[in-house]
Amino acid sequence: MSNSLETAQHPETLRRIAIDPISRVEGHGKVTILLDENNHIHQVRLHIAEFRGFEKFIQGRPYWEVPVMVQRLCGICPVSHHLAASKALDAIVGAKQLTPTADKIRRLMHHGQMLQSHALHFFHLCSPDLLFGFDSEVSQRNIVGIAAKYPETARRGILLRKYGQEVIRHTAGKRIHGTSSVPGGVNKSLSLAERDELLKDSEEMVAWSRDAVQLVKELHFKNSELYNSFGAFSANIMSLTAADGSMDLYDGQLRGRDAAGHIMFDGVKDQDYTTLIAEQVKNWSYMKFPYLKTLGPEQGWYRVGPLSRVQNCDFIATPLAEIERREFIAYSGKSLLHAPLAYHWTRMIEMLHAAETIRDLLHDNDIMGSDLTVRGERGFEGVGIIEAPRGTLIHHYRVDENDLISMCNLIVSTTHNNQAMNEAVRRVAQQYLHGHEITEGLLNHIEVAIRAFDPCLSCATHALGKMPLEVEVLDASGEQMSYLARAGDGASINC
Amino acid sequence: MPAATLIFAIGNESRGDDALGPLLLRELASWLKDGGREKGEGLLEQFELIEEFQLQIEHAMDIKDRKRVFFIDAGMDTPSPFHFYRLQASDQPVLYSHALSPAALLNVYVQFYKESPPDAYVLCIKGETFELGELLSGNACENLALALTFAKQCLLEAESSAWNITSSRRNNL
Repeated sequence: MSNSLETAQHPETLRRIAIDPISRVEGHGKVTILLDENNHIHQVRLHIAEFRGFEKFIQGRPYWEVPVMVQRLCGICPVSHHLAASKALDAIVGAKQLTPTADKIRRLMHHGQMLQSHALHFFHLCSPDLLFGFDSEVSQRNIVGIAAKYPETARRGILLRKYGQEVIRHTAGKRIHGTSSVPGGVNKSLSLAERDELLKDSEEMVAWSRDAVQLVKELHFKNSELYNSFGAFSANIMSLTAADGSMDLYDGQLRGRDAAGHIMFDGVKDQDYTTLIAEQVKNWSYMKFPYLKTLGPEQGWYRVGPLSRVQNCDFIATPLAEIERREFIAYSGKSLLHAPLAYHWTRMIEMLHAAETIRDLLHDNDIMGSDLTVRGERGFEGVGIIEAPRGTLIHHYRVDENDLISMCNLIVSTTHNNQAMNEAVRRVAQQYLHGHEITEGLLNHIEVAIRAFDPCLSCATHALGKMPLEVEVLDASGEQMSYLARAGDGASINC
Repeated sequence: MPAATLIFAIGNESRGDDALGPLLLRELASWLKDGGREKGEGLLEQFELIEEFQLQIEHAMDIKDRKRVFFIDAGMDTPSPFHFYRLQASDQPVLYSHALSPAALLNVYVQFYKESPPDAYVLCIKGETFELGELLSGNACENLALALTFAKQCLLEAESSAWNITSSRRNNL
């Protein structure tokens, strides 16, 4: 499955183009492309400055602080870290089975996160590419451009985001730094007033999510040749599924399929993930490359996230999303659909599932219950796996006799997708850059491929004044031949 | 009606100097809770304080029906100790990642509500290090103290037009 463009034979004789960092992707990423004097591509690599200092940040802290602390790892998906840590630490307090209220409040929070994250990605981050085209004016490729030409689409994007954030606020207790999910359960349920406030808009959110699926489907059908081939590569897939094979974004067991869609493993418990997955270090990347141990690093890498989840499960338990899943599966035929741009379609199917799940949970009186936590025999090690918006998220902790974290290992969704994103970039480079002079439109093709995965790179600070995009061209001797930077306000700097 | 002035701090307190916004906000919250001492009772009701990791599109809804918005953030290339300026909605391309700039947020507001946004100002405090798990740097601590003094004065004069006297005030510190 691997592409031969990972390492060039004689990189010292080649020209280097760097795109750093990638716009509209969280954090810092850099794409380097080595070209010879005829603009033929010899090497393509996506470098990601991964979360640094996770272990140092968490080790030595009391375990009960961790679900709150880990939210600060990421400004984009703090809720996913909050819940994955809580799930891992359930084992420390001996909570084998949460109360119905705790389980449902956590699920409600998680689906709120899924709804708002998917809405942001589709309406704000990728719709400009999809609605205006990959070569369109840079001034259009943003939410402002969308708002000007598609005002209702932009409006719904904002309101879906707001609704998801309100679900999080009510279930987590605060807008940010939520504290409600704790080892063993939750420390708050919903009041009747909170439930009613969320309930009144829930049907509209389902309807809008359904419309979003139709929109993305329409875009896919309209240009299916491009959508099915752009950056496409075959890959193994992995996700959680429920015991009955249905999609479960909050809990379940690990299932993997090969590129043809055959199940390779199923029912692997979260606590046993280390029997399944190992991580490879490459000297050119800060980010590790996870792989399935049975297949080894060359053949065992896999893809996670919506495109994998929708094709990995046997069914979706909410009716409207299930209709859409079936249509997607019918469209892809007998084998899996591996096209990165199909992420958008599946992401919207998941958003619809999240909206339906939120509505259904709001009709369940357990979310207003008072039985919040359970305790059992004290444990010293726990693993929590959750399907975060971008894919599988693993939290693994050991806790010592003094209740302090003695070991922590986190594998975030973007790390699982590291090799897959590299493959997508190589395919796009082969398809669109080979033998061409580099233009902004062509470079955006690479960014479009990366954005399809919705990567969360490094959770960088957002501090004002950062350059979101730099392009550097070097010759074989390392001399800079040209440079292009685009600031956050859109101003371009050439030299 | 929401409070006339929204104070919106952006940052992650576990990422070194990115904590400048949240820390300043908390100092202001406690000062306002005490009635602003010099000002007397009732100051707190004029302000609402919000802290977020990053600005997102839905935050346009938080600034609806305000007279003014006061963004507090940390900046890497900001002149030391801070830069205070009036903000205009920007129709320039927005190329930030999952987050918006304050100017872009105002533009989202304009697109969403089809009306002019409230008066908006940015207090951007100079920071140096932004790595996970780092403490506030020494220089950032000093900048924070100066920014706090300045911000308190701004809040006391919130109803006057003094906010429009921007960089000159900073330079007089």
